[in-house]
Amino acid sequence: MNRFDYVRAGTVEEAVKAIAAGANARFIAGGTNLVDLMKYNVERPGRLVDITRLPLDRIEERDGALSIGALVTNSTVAYDERVKSRYPVLSSAILAGATGQLRNAATTGGNLLQRTRCYYFYDEGTPCNKRLPGSGCGAIGGVNRIHAIFGTSDKCIATHPSDMCVALAALEAEVRVAGPSGERTIPMAEFHRLPGDEPERDTTLKSDEIVLSVDLPAEGFAGHHTYLKLRDRLSYAFALVSVAAVMELDGQTIKTARFALGGVAHKPWRNAEAEGMLVGKPATRETFAAAADRVVSKAQAQSENGFKVELARRAIVRALEQAAAGTPQSQSDKRIA
Amino acid sequence: MLIESGSPVAADTRVEISLTINGEARTLQVAPWTTLLDLLRERLDLTGTKKGCDHGQCGACTVLVNGTRLNSCLALAVMKDGAEITTVEGLARMGGGNGLHPLQEAFVEHDAFQCGYCTPGQLCSAAGMLAEGHARTRDEIREAMSGNICRCGAYTNIVDAIEDVMQSGAQG
Repeated sequence: MNRFDYVRAGTVEEAVKAIAAGANARFIAGGTNLVDLMKYNVERPGRLVDITRLPLDRIEERDGALSIGALVTNSTVAYDERVKSRYPVLSSAILAGATGQLRNAATTGGNLLQRTRCYYFYDEGTPCNKRLPGSGCGAIGGVNRIHAIFGTSDKCIATHPSDMCVALAALEAEVRVAGPSGERTIPMAEFHRLPGDEPERDTTLKSDEIVLSVDLPAEGFAGHHTYLKLRDRLSYAFALVSVAAVMELDGQTIKTARFALGGVAHKPWRNAEAEGMLVGKPATRETFAAAADRVVSKAQAQSENGFKVELARRAIVRALEQAAAGTPQSQSDKRIA
Repeated sequence: MLIESGSPVAADTRVEISLTINGEARTLQVAPWTTLLDLLRERLDLTGTKKGCDHGQCGACTVLVNGTRLNSCLALAVMKDGAEITTVEGLARMGGGNGLHPLQEAFVEHDAFQCGYCTPGQLCSAAGMLAEGHARTRDEIREAMSGNICRCGAYTNIVDAIEDVMQSGAQG
C-alpha cells in the first residue's frame, strides 16, 4: 500500500474541503473496495479523507419515502424493517451480494462508487483504459467471459459489479450529493455512465462531490418484485447476469413494470422500449418473452461471453414471472422457482 | 500525534489511537496505512487472527468490532479509533466463562476443522452471525457463513457446530 495523508472529517464541509485540497484524494468509509484496490496498487491516493464520523448514518422518512444516508451499511439497509416491508427488492439485492462481513462494513455510498471487478483493471501488468487511460483494453479479445454485452465501447467492456445499484435503478431512486457549490440530486439512471471514450469515469459524480444519501421514491413495489442473480457459484460471487424486476398489476393486466439488469453493462442496464411493451398487457410468459427479446436484440457479445445473451433473455422472463406471481427469489434457498 | 478533526496528518506520521482489545484498553501509535489485521498480528502478537488472502475474500481475518464481524484485513486501524475489538483470543472471555466459548466447544465436539487455519475466522464470524440473529435454517447459516472459506472442506461439520449452538441458545 502506498503512503498517504490522513484526514478525519467531522462535518460534510470539512470533508469536501479536505478532498479538494489533497492531491489525488479519496473519501474512505467501509474501505472494502478501496483498501483492496490500494493493496493491488490500482488505487494510489495521496490522501484519504475518513468520512466515517459524518452524520450520514441514518435511514430517515422524507416526503413519504425513505432516505438512506451514505454511511448506512449494506447490512443495516438490508435488514431495516421499513426497507424489508416497503422496498423488499432492495433488501433482497443487497443480500444477494458479498458476505456478512463485507456487508457489515460496506456503506451505501461506497456500494454506488465501487469499481469494476474486470481482471485487467486489477492487474497492473496488463493494459486497461480504466486504470491507465490510453493503455488499451486487455479484455477486448482477451479473457472476457464476465464482461459486458450492452453499451460497451472500443475502449472498455467492463461491467458495474453492484447488486444494490440494480435494484435502485429499477426503483428509480435518486442520489443526493454535495459539493463546493451546494447540493444536487442525480437520478440513478444518470449516476453511472457508459465507458465511451472515458472509461476511467464510472459515474457523473464530480471529484469534489460527496454522496449524502440515496433517496427512494414513495412506490416500493412490495407486492410484485424479485431480484434474480445468476453466477458461477451459489454465494459470494459477482453476477454473470442479474435482474431486478418490479411491477404493479391491475388484476392480470400490467399497470407499471420496470426491470434493470446487472452484470451486463458499465451501469445497471434498462431498456425503456422493452419496459413500455409490458404496460397494459396481460402478465403472461408471452408478454415477458417479447420484452426480453427486445432487450437482447441490442446485445453485442464479446469473444467469450456469448452465453450471456441467452442467459439474460431467460433471466428477464423468469424474473418478470417471479415478480408477477408475487414469489420473489429467495437469497438463501438457491433453487430458482 | 493526536488526530484533530479536519486537520491532515502527513504521510509517515504515527497517530495515537485507543482500542479496547479483548477487554483491555490500549493506547497505540500507528501509521495510517496499518490494517487492523497487521496491528493485531505484528504489533500486539495476537496471532490467533489469521492472514489468508489479505483481500477480504477468505474470512480468516474475521474479528468482532463493537460486536460486529468484519474482515480485519480491509480495515485501517486508525479508522477504528475508540472501538472494542474481540479476537479469537477473547472469545472465551466473551462467552463469560474461563473455559472455551460455546462455539469453540461445539467445533471440537463436531470435528469442525482439519488444518485449523480458517477456524479463528470461522469462530468469530459465527459469533457475529449468531448475534445478528437473521439465520434460522441450515440454508441460512450456509449463506450467512459464505464469507469464510475452508480449504479442507469441513463445511458440513462447521454448520453442524453452529446449528448446535444456535439451537441450544448458548451464544455467549
